[in-house]
Amino acid sequence: MTDTPFVIAGRTFTSRLIVGTGKYPSHAVMAQAHEASGADMVTVAVRRVNISDRSKESLLDYIDTNRMFILPNTAGCYTADEAIRTARLGREAGLSNWVKLEVIGDERTLFPDNEALIEATKVLVKDGFVVLPYTNDDPIACRKLEDAGAAAVMPLGAPIGSGLGIQNVNNIRIIREFARVPLIVDAGVGTASDAALAMELGADGVLMNTAIAGAEKPVAMAQAMRHAVIAGRLAYLAGRIPKKMYASASSPVEGMVGR
Amino acid sequence: MIITLNGERYELDEPISVAGLLARLEIDPRRVAIEHNLEIIKRHTFTDVVIGEGDTLEIVNFVGGG
Repeated sequence: MTDTPFVIAGRTFTSRLIVGTGKYPSHAVMAQAHEASGADMVTVAVRRVNISDRSKESLLDYIDTNRMFILPNTAGCYTADEAIRTARLGREAGLSNWVKLEVIGDERTLFPDNEALIEATKVLVKDGFVVLPYTNDDPIACRKLEDAGAAAVMPLGAPIGSGLGIQNVNNIRIIREFARVPLIVDAGVGTASDAALAMELGADGVLMNTAIAGAEKPVAMAQAMRHAVIAGRLAYLAGRIPKKMYASASSPVEGMVGR
Repeated sequence: MIITLNGERYELDEPISVAGLLARLEIDPRRVAIEHNLEIIKRHTFTDVVIGEGDTLEIVNFVGGG
């Protein structure tokens, strides 16, 4: 079955799976997992260079930048100003004007501060950024982000790194109905079926980090996620049967032997 | 002279260009972004911008993240 291409802000991606670069057991395992995932966009964080210890290898040595599009994030930022500053540094370090915008409101849940997120989106869009905001699962907030010029909306399926799976099926469906920009479920996925479910709900893509990096075998999980995203997408396009309370026989009820 | 480098006190003998400092720290200029006194400086000006007494410098790069 032919699908429409996955396009964000005029840029086409071959994979609907976007993966992170954090928390892998090693850079080498990360590189293998990236390959297995089939993803062509990866997220990275912007942090101070370690001045006293220059021995650490550079993350970029392990990312094939010819194949992978680098999406800097503003993870760990708690105010709009901090996120805007980090986004601008990320743009300078990476030479792309894209940002995965995070403005966190609470340390324990890592839920977004949507008021600050919308404010930062407005500023960065005016500054020429392609803004992909990590947001809570509120359809109204997503609409406001869209109105502010966000290039996609990225609601969480569950808290970052929780692996709880998609806890908000109905909200994701409503956001799907509302959204006129790509919908990417960002955070909450624990295993392949979660990614498939997100796609079955009509998400245009799924973004994950911990589910792959934290798995016992990250490379195998990356491969599983690749298939799950493809399967979920196909199922969404295929149009599932409605759920019914009772059985409906698949084999003919006529012609039974001995009746 | 004393500057603040990534939040820490850092000593320099004399004013030095950003490119000079990066070379001294063995940092590849192609992979970092730099804020000098809260202003982002473009990579092509690293050789021109001079760091002086009391300046604040932030040198960042990409690390693993989600």
